[in-house]
Amino acid sequence: MSEVCRVAAERRGDVAVLSTDGYINNQGGEEIARQAYAQLESGARALVLNLEKTRIVNSIGISILIEVLEKVMDRKGQLAFCCLTPTIDKTFRIMGLAQYASIYPTEAEAVRAVAAA
Amino acid sequence: MSGRESARMSVDSTGAREISLTIPVAPDMEIVATAQAAALGEFIEMAHDKIDEVKLALVEACINAFEHAHARDDRLHLTFRVGREDERDYLEVEVLDRGTGFDQASVEPPSAEKTFQGRQKRGWGLQIMRSLMDSVDISSGQGGTRILMRKYK
Repeated sequence: MSEVCRVAAERRGDVAVLSTDGYINNQGGEEIARQAYAQLESGARALVLNLEKTRIVNSIGISILIEVLEKVMDRKGQLAFCCLTPTIDKTFRIMGLAQYASIYPTEAEAVRAVAAA
Repeated sequence: MSGRESARMSVDSTGAREISLTIPVAPDMEIVATAQAAALGEFIEMAHDKIDEVKLALVEACINAFEHAHARDDRLHLTFRVGREDERDYLEVEVLDRGTGFDQASVEPPSAEKTFQGRQKRGWGLQIMRSLMDSVDISSGQGGTRILMRKYK
C-alpha cells in the first residue's frame, strides 16, 4: 500500500497557500518542502500550510516542516498553519512548533495574519 | 489487508477482546496498524480525537521500531486490546519487536531549543507517545522491545 500526500499550491499575492491531503510522513514532508521552496523562489514572502485534509503527521514529517519553517525564518518571511486536527495541533505544541509558527483555526485568518505581518 | 500482514481476534483471560497483527518492516505499514486501532476504538465508542491520538502514538512506535529495532524476523508484532478497568473502557496497544533492544536511560530527551536552529530534529517519538497516551510502559532487552500503551475512553 502507499499513502501519498497530495499538495496543492495557490498564490494570493505574495502569500502562498499549500493545502495537503493525506499522511505527512517523510515523503509527504519532502513534497511540502519542494513546493514551499518553489514558492519562495518565485517570490512568495509568506506561506500558509492548510492541513485540513490531513489526519496524521508523523515526527519525521514534522521535522521536515521544521526545516521549512527555519528556511522561511532565515528569509525573514512568515509561515502559518491552519485547520489542524486537535491531535496534530497537540503534537505541534509538544514539539515546540507552535512557539515558532502561528496556528489559526481557518485559512482566511491565517492568510490575513501573514499578509499583514 | 494486503496479504503481507496477518491478524487474528481472540478473548484473553480477563475477558478483554484482542486482535493480534503482524506487519513486516516496510514503508507505510504503520498505517495498516492504525486501521486496527481505529476499528477497536470505534467498537468501544471512543471519541474520534482520542482515536487519532492512539493512531499517532502507534505510528511513532512503529516507525521507531522500523528505524532502530533491527528486528531479527523483520516483523512487528502488534496486539490491540479493549477492556474495562475501574468502570472505564480502554484501548491498549502492544508493539513488540524482536530486535536489539535499547537503554531508555541513554535516550537524550528532545527539546524545542535543540530542534529549532539546532542539531537534533528527530528523537521525538517516545515523547509524543507519552504525551498522547494515558500510560506507556516500555521494557527492552537483548530479546527485543515491548511497548504497552493504554488510552481510556
